[in-house]
Amino acid sequence: MTGELAGSLEARVVEARLRLDAWVREVVAWHFDPATGCPYWLERARELDFDPRKDVRGFADLARFGHFDDEALRGGPVRRWVPKGLADQPVFVFETGGTTGVPKARINVRDFEVDYEEFSGRLSDETFPRGSDWLMLGPTGPRRLRLAVEHLAQFRGGIAFHVDLDPRWVNKLVRDGRHQALEAYKEHVIDQGLTLLRAHDTIRCLFTTPKLLEALAAKIDLRRAGIRGIFCGGTEMNAQFHRFAREELVAGIDFVPTYGNTLMGLAHSPTWTEGDPYDIVYYPPQPRAVTELVDPDDPQREVGYDETGRVMLTTLTKEFFMPRLLERDEAERAEPVDAYPWDGVRNLRLLSSLESSVSVGVY
Amino acid sequence: MLHLPLLRAGRPYRSLDVARLTDVRSGEPVVEVSQANPGLIARDLGRVAEGRRALARMTAAEIVERSKEAAGIFVEGEVRVGEGDDSMLQGPEEYVRHLSSTTGMPHALARANMGKIHFVLANLDTVLQGLSRGLDPAVLDRGWGEEDGRTVSYRCLTDTLGVVLPSNSPGVHSLWIPALGLKVPVTLKPGSREPWTPLRVTQALIQAGLPREAFGFYPSSHAGAGEILLRSGRSMLFGDRSTVGAWANDPRVQLHGPGWSKVILGADQASAWRDHVELLATSVAANGGRSCINASGVWIEASKPGLGREVAEALAERLAGIEALPLDHPDAGLAAFPDPSLAHRMSDLVDGHLAAGGAEDLTARYREGGRVVEVDGYTYLLPTVVWCDDPGHPLARMELLFPFVSIVELPADELLDRVGSTLVASAITQDPESIRRLVECPDLERLNLGAVPTSQVDWDQPHEGNLFLHLYQQRAMQAAIAV
Repeated sequence: MTGELAGSLEARVVEARLRLDAWVREVVAWHFDPATGCPYWLERARELDFDPRKDVRGFADLARFGHFDDEALRGGPVRRWVPKGLADQPVFVFETGGTTGVPKARINVRDFEVDYEEFSGRLSDETFPRGSDWLMLGPTGPRRLRLAVEHLAQFRGGIAFHVDLDPRWVNKLVRDGRHQALEAYKEHVIDQGLTLLRAHDTIRCLFTTPKLLEALAAKIDLRRAGIRGIFCGGTEMNAQFHRFAREELVAGIDFVPTYGNTLMGLAHSPTWTEGDPYDIVYYPPQPRAVTELVDPDDPQREVGYDETGRVMLTTLTKEFFMPRLLERDEAERAEPVDAYPWDGVRNLRLLSSLESSVSVGVY
Repeated sequence: MLHLPLLRAGRPYRSLDVARLTDVRSGEPVVEVSQANPGLIARDLGRVAEGRRALARMTAAEIVERSKEAAGIFVEGEVRVGEGDDSMLQGPEEYVRHLSSTTGMPHALARANMGKIHFVLANLDTVLQGLSRGLDPAVLDRGWGEEDGRTVSYRCLTDTLGVVLPSNSPGVHSLWIPALGLKVPVTLKPGSREPWTPLRVTQALIQAGLPREAFGFYPSSHAGAGEILLRSGRSMLFGDRSTVGAWANDPRVQLHGPGWSKVILGADQASAWRDHVELLATSVAANGGRSCINASGVWIEASKPGLGREVAEALAERLAGIEALPLDHPDAGLAAFPDPSLAHRMSDLVDGHLAAGGAEDLTARYREGGRVVEVDGYTYLLPTVVWCDDPGHPLARMELLFPFVSIVELPADELLDRVGSTLVASAITQDPESIRRLVECPDLERLNLGAVPTSQVDWDQPHEGNLFLHLYQQRAMQAAIAV
């Protein structure tokens, strides 16, 4: 960390780190306690050459677990992920996007609600008015977003209207190059969104993905339609999209970019004000999740601030423990800020080594 | 560093999303290119009528005059490329160097392609006559008119021609330029490594007096290309088989995929084939063998035993004489590969099929090493002539981005049944029955009869799909008014 950080921020960074270490001890103690832990981790504990409850004293000690293999999340029995301490609670299961085969799944009890209640505190009451209704135009089905946005609306006193959207079908159309079918499906979704917007003038808040926002804004002036705030996420977006959204697509509407996934929860972006750069910086919901940026060739080495690294995610809740998963994304490491006194990620994108190779053939 | 912005209705826009192009040899950055996000393209395409109105204010004759002036600027003049402090005046020599540095095209071939583009700009009237088969251009100005005593009218089917371009050869830009003469604005997505030519043509035309609103220039991703194809009333798509295949059922998109162009040597040429070896070599290797109008096959009607093989041997010897030379060498005829691994993958693909049998690389004996060579820090693929025992062999259906040709021999009465999709067929025969069959063959898009290389373009003829018919539809019209 540079010495330019204000003293108060520096103190908050230290405080956040101490809180994280304490939370790590609490979460590890919970997951590895035979009375409260889940079958998966209790079984894994027998293979470890250390005792997590004794030897993990802070976040740094999680390195002893190596890297979590998310293939473990495919297939059943899904109940091996349910902590005994929560066995009497209703359990949700949320799946990652996935296009083929068995999807990865994560169980939830209240994590998604907690994430979105915390996020609610970051929304402006002026542009996301309490008591107003929402349109949720994004992935539905077994994805957490569908219930999470509904919970956010309800938590703020509103009601969420929904349109069905199956991202796996979309991915299949994209993969098969069925552009016209993809367009027709998009139109189908957008038309339903427009119908809801026109029929319910209490809708002031919108959740949607970048692509659907483009398509929706091409059909209707969202400001005139009464939309005051847009919470946008579900897929990656870059600085250029952010600028385009603010300057042209939905000028005059509060635009809140976020990044979430089933395994991490919901990352926040600091409030943007006129003149700020359009770079999108996300801060994970620490201590419930931590993102680190590491050298892709040597994941033990954390990269420096503003350097590019591979995202390594650790999730730490009483419902789900996932240490040091190497994600398929890369980003630049961002310094802590007042609202989020821990590391963030800037300009998140697919790992460059995974981008499609040059196509073979003429042209 | 030089930075190429987007052009939105002709006006520069610097994107926050930037692609950096590097020199093929040194790997050093050459230019930054603004990248358009798909939503921005979609938004602009909703407003292209402005460009069409601007072009409509000019007569077709005025556009032709401006195009002639642009021809001079393109080939000899300076145009502004880049934006603000990150811009420069680009003369023709800088253009050739820029083009060569990011695409690997030899300077000599870059200049030859400049000549093609210059011709189209300078002779736009001739090209338009070829496309419209002699329609009076004033008919497009007024919307209707009289031809041979009949009322004719055409309606334009789009406010813009979307064009998704390749990086392989600048000559393809000659195909979209006539749209402006037909009073249709263009929305261009350049090839990822070749923004230079469409930008230079655009700037030359604006400098010569065409309205800037008639030009959109959107370097972008595949998603951006998709947006152009979806939202343009009419478009052109250049790409490989899988790229164009995805749009095969959309009549709004004119496809320019692999050409599988061929020279067909008639049985009546059995004693004269030696006269045509040079034509075969030109068809295969002109422009570095990188165009869809280059021959990737020589199909020989069987006449006397061993003749086909003899022709193949002679062509192999001739093409093996083409050396990999530094890009600035005046005789350089092969283009370097910006991505050396692509050259290796292509060569491995050929070798894999050769190993399965039924085909032989006749050029191998002339090479000291492999097909992939490195010269002066560049990676090249050397010309390759493959003899195939059967036209069903995978190599007999392959088109690659270097002078690669397969040669097959089969009975005359089977040849056209098996020839398959062929963009250009140069048929060397004088046999009336063969000519009748060739003319009737539905698989041959462009037909050259006699000793015409596949790579030779006659601009008085419509080419690779008729752009006029793509953009306009004849309208039935009766006028009972005095005008």
